[in-house]
Amino acid sequence: MINWFKYSTPRTFYPLAGSVVPWFAVGAVLTAIAGLYVGFFMAPTDAQQGEGYRIIFVHVPVSWMSMFIYVVMAFWAAVGLAFNSRLSAMMASALAPTGAMFTFLSLWTGALWGKPMWGTWWVWDARLTSELILLFLYIAFMALQSAIDDPRRADKAGAVLALVGVVNIPIIYFSVQWWNTLHQGASVSLTRAPSMATIMLVGMLLMALAAWMYTVAVALMRVRCIILEREGHAEWVGQLNEVKR
Amino acid sequence: MGWATERGETMTWNSAAEFFAMGGYAQYVWGSVGVSAIALAVELFLLRQRRQGALLQSKHELTLERKGLNESST
Repeated sequence: MINWFKYSTPRTFYPLAGSVVPWFAVGAVLTAIAGLYVGFFMAPTDAQQGEGYRIIFVHVPVSWMSMFIYVVMAFWAAVGLAFNSRLSAMMASALAPTGAMFTFLSLWTGALWGKPMWGTWWVWDARLTSELILLFLYIAFMALQSAIDDPRRADKAGAVLALVGVVNIPIIYFSVQWWNTLHQGASVSLTRAPSMATIMLVGMLLMALAAWMYTVAVALMRVRCIILEREGHAEWVGQLNEVKR
Repeated sequence: MGWATERGETMTWNSAAEFFAMGGYAQYVWGSVGVSAIALAVELFLLRQRRQGALLQSKHELTLERKGLNESST
């Protein structure tokens, strides 16, 4: 049995995170290369959208991650709020910038896909608007945290905001079913057979896996920075090799 | 570049130029891929700067502490 509480303090988590980062970084690079190869060299031309559909290999993975990161962020924020654990709150803060970046990329690649296929960069429909709200939620979370000087109070305020905003996630996900929209339905569903060629699905899933591993690596690197920033005065930080030098 | 896929069709690209043209969708496809790559690069650069700043701050606090200890011992 692993004693998880042993790793729940910044002091023990800092070296653990540092040793895990390279594995996820290398994994992200390798799966991204494989995913791009499958998507751009193996997947056939789409019957309706020609080569333009290849945006899917970027758009769908970044969109999934934009929502997934928010849920994970809200989860850690809730844990931090419930158990008053420092590390969980730091984890939530570490995820926000990456989530915001993926949300921006989702909107950007969506606009570049919408222009040739729908004839417009943007429409104020449910899917696009709720994704834009997601970007504002990430920005609000980061702005609120940086506006409060006391880190513990900033954690609490951010956690409340993150938890309230989580209601937006099912709205984004189900928006294509609940409202009329230009946006197509879910690309992948557990309840029905995939509507796309297997090779396209493989490329998309590889890119999603790469985005996930990238996120893990970057969030762990950022949480290490946050630990240093907040615990810099602690004795164990002074004993780290990278600080002693 | 011309090999068979699982359906027995030949590969889409007959030349590098055709690949970069993306069937007329070049600006949209490469605009998506390019900006995504730039975003990742910017995030990694900012993260590197943040780590260097955090380490510098920790080193600073460590030297202050050592100085403090020396002063109190003398």
